[in-house]
Amino acid sequence: MLVLSGEIDLNDSPVLRETILASLEDGKPLLIDMQEVSYIDSSGIASLVEGFQKAKKIDLHYGLLSISSPAMQVLTITRLDKIFTLYDTEDSFIDLLEP
Amino acid sequence: MESSPAIAVRDLVVEYGSRRILKSINLDIPLGQISVIMGGSGAGKSTLLRTMLGLKKPTSGEIRVLGTNICSAGARQLEEMRKQMGVAFQGGALFTSMTVGENIQLPLRQHTRLDENTIQIMTRIKLDMVNMMPHEHLMPSELSGGMTKRAALARAIIMDPKLLFFDEPSAGLDPITSAELDELIIKLKESMNMTIVVVTHELESVFKIADRIAILGEGELLMVGTPEEIKASEDPRIVGLLNRTPRQVAVDVDDHLRRLAGKAVEPGIPDEAASPDEPGVPGESASAKTADGESANGKSGNKGAAEGQ
Repeated sequence: MLVLSGEIDLNDSPVLRETILASLEDGKPLLIDMQEVSYIDSSGIASLVEGFQKAKKIDLHYGLLSISSPAMQVLTITRLDKIFTLYDTEDSFIDLLEP
Repeated sequence: MESSPAIAVRDLVVEYGSRRILKSINLDIPLGQISVIMGGSGAGKSTLLRTMLGLKKPTSGEIRVLGTNICSAGARQLEEMRKQMGVAFQGGALFTSMTVGENIQLPLRQHTRLDENTIQIMTRIKLDMVNMMPHEHLMPSELSGGMTKRAALARAIIMDPKLLFFDEPSAGLDPITSAELDELIIKLKESMNMTIVVVTHELESVFKIADRIAILGEGELLMVGTPEEIKASEDPRIVGLLNRTPRQVAVDVDDHLRRLAGKAVEPGIPDEAASPDEPGVPGESASAKTADGESANGKSGNKGAAEGQ
């Protein structure tokens, strides 16, 4: 699981992107905890989108967990709240992985 | 404790040559709100906007934008500050040799080293926000007025600026496109926590989007307040603006006649009064002025003009 916190803007999103893509390269499903995100700009959102696109391509589960209110507002205005798979609990993601 | 304003304008005077366009303006633009600057044509709205953007140096006074005095800031400071500002100009100001998508990406390519994939995704996110996703590859010459404004807005918000300036967002748009833009402006404030400054004289739009309204008239700040406070104002200049009452311009009959017809129609005023020093400016020279140009003097002036013909 990848835990994000604080502000994610143009300065941080390249690191976020690298981290997400590297995690997926390892062939593991990825759940991103966004409970403590106080702000995310569109470069951060773009990193999440690119990760989602890659996960779909290589058929890995990929989801966002407990999205904070400020992050949810950005996802809503960009209509991505309906694109990402959102989870309220870590267990619901884990349940999905088990056959 | 109240937070510092996003923009603080203090004793601002702006002149073009001998014309004083802004006369000692004091104005705060609060953080995280939509402030609308309105006023009739020639009120000084565009000049105030250009000065707040650092595009016009004031004659005197200062403007602090996000804490930086832009009147004394150096080129590097101004550039850093402009990264936090987005501007959607009235005419769009898109580069005609670039596609819509390339125009929108331009600030990212100028100011960041983001990965190409990130740039492409950010561009499409912003295109989608302004309902322009299908038009990414069009050239500006292929866009309608509304599309141009939306593309300009997408470019203005591509860097997720803290401060967004929008010059006449509704001008020339059909009511539906105009209403969509208004909705988008409100959403940007709410979801991105942007401070937004809109310059407009479209009343319907003003009262829909504004948290605060500043009204300019002939270079002076007439009033600042909430939409409710503005609506309740009894100041005749504000009531006139809101009711779209035509301005009543006081007419000096002799002066006006001289402007229209030149010195030949001035009975009783010697030719030299037309100032040989300024032969190209008839009527601008000194002469006896009527104290009440619209009363009996007006009649005599008209009669005089007819006789002079």
